[in-house]
Amino acid sequence: MTALLSVKDLQVTFDTHRGPVHAVRGVSFDLGRERLGIVGESGSGKSQTGRALLRLSAGNGRITADRMEFDGIDLMKASERDMRKIRGARISMIMQDPRYSLNPVVKVGDQITEAFLIHSKATKREARERAMEMLATVQIREPEKVYEMYPHQVSGGMGQRVMIAMMLIPNPDIIIADEPTSALDVTVQMQVLALLDDMVRDRGMGLILISHDLNLVASFCDRVLVMYAGQVMEVIEAGNLHDAQHPYTKGLLSCVPELQHPQDMLPVLKRDANWLTPLGDAND
Amino acid sequence: MQMIEVQNLNVTFGRGRNELRAVRDVSFHIAKGESFGLVGESGSGKSTVLRAISRLTRDWTGTIKVNGAELSYRRDKATARRMQMVFQDPYGSLHPRHTINDILMEPLEIHRMDRREERVLKALDEVGLEVGLRFRYPYQISGGQRQRIAIARALILEPEIMLLDEPTSALDVSVQAEILNLLKRLQRDRGLTYLMVSHNLAVVAHMCGRVAVMNRGRFAEELTTDQLRSATPSEDYTRQLLSASGRYDRDTAKSFVSFE
Repeated sequence: MTALLSVKDLQVTFDTHRGPVHAVRGVSFDLGRERLGIVGESGSGKSQTGRALLRLSAGNGRITADRMEFDGIDLMKASERDMRKIRGARISMIMQDPRYSLNPVVKVGDQITEAFLIHSKATKREARERAMEMLATVQIREPEKVYEMYPHQVSGGMGQRVMIAMMLIPNPDIIIADEPTSALDVTVQMQVLALLDDMVRDRGMGLILISHDLNLVASFCDRVLVMYAGQVMEVIEAGNLHDAQHPYTKGLLSCVPELQHPQDMLPVLKRDANWLTPLGDAND
Repeated sequence: MQMIEVQNLNVTFGRGRNELRAVRDVSFHIAKGESFGLVGESGSGKSTVLRAISRLTRDWTGTIKVNGAELSYRRDKATARRMQMVFQDPYGSLHPRHTINDILMEPLEIHRMDRREERVLKALDEVGLEVGLRFRYPYQISGGQRQRIAIARALILEPEIMLLDEPTSALDVSVQAEILNLLKRLQRDRGLTYLMVSHNLAVVAHMCGRVAVMNRGRFAEELTTDQLRSATPSEDYTRQLLSASGRYDRDTAKSFVSFE
């Protein structure tokens, strides 16, 4: 498998008035044309990892890495101008909640058209046609009608489809989806995942799915990185989730109530101070 | 003995063209010490049922009885003390400029209860929080600790009924396990009656003996947790909800239909 994206020893540090906060500590992975999951609790650094790949960390954040390479481009050395050509066009990001990530005063169709025009020299009419096609691709039944709607007029699931259409229209190589379905109902969640699944299969994209839901991610992805306190605790082939070795992964799995395995009290995750010590090169 | 009895509850928001029937002809009863769950997707009306019972909305018709006594639209103190609510978002439901102590003292002052100091310390202890947190502000503690404070605030009035509106959906699974264990233990120790709303079938099944599945304001089906577990629901809607819970399966996801 040739890697689309190769990351080695990624560190993200935020300077705060109380001193530096190490959000991501030495994350390394390669991404091919596959579905990679990044799972962890809140504050584990999973979203910061995703953002750092596009150099979208907040202003007080510092990113360092031994290597962060995408298709022969060194993302650490690329100029801001080059990064703008990569963001959206070649690596794009789907955020958690469509209600907050769509522009509330622009028709959803025009937002998709805009996403296309920024990265191409097409005319407005062509862009509009492409946007209609894209709406159909993400299984929106009446594209003409939905095109004219404002974000507050569409449901959560439809809003997320619009977001996906917007991110897919420049035909990127990699999609980073940060909790793309957490705000959605379970059935809609599965339908949105099926859509992302199709995109990876049909267009040969690489997908990074960031989520707190280990069981869900493992059932969807090929491989899962389990993060804790900014470090990768364990990398698991998704099919072997229940052979997970790390006590943190096991703890996360066992504390979820399961319909088929009733138990009186749930096991509680016992955190080990050792999980905080730097792993060094152990996760290569 | 029935602790909560709801007969033909209807909740309608808006008038004329904008009329929205959020809850339609819902009836159920919960015995003393029992846990009853309401599950459904967003907009199914599950939280609205709780809001009607706690009279946070006035737009309802039907009969709601608590411990045999019929409730009116007016929120009376006696029922409020008996029946307390824990909300979904521990970030939004605690006053940001009040210390934990203020938050726990307020209900005691409203209900003119005695031994306030002692009750605050006891409430903190019961939800497993250090006394040292007493004079902190909500932003200084974690999400799980905040939800414990919300539970302590509800418990401090020694209620008989707890209305739980998605009490763990804003929390990490590890913290969720701690809160669910806490709620179970409290129920046992005090013989509390729970009415719990959640979109998560596994969480509701873990906590409750009986469950009602809601769809578009109606009860699609009422079933025991065992029936839910053995996947023998009679309604297609429930079956679809079950198959969407937990794990992704491409073919299953493609087969979903929408229920009107």
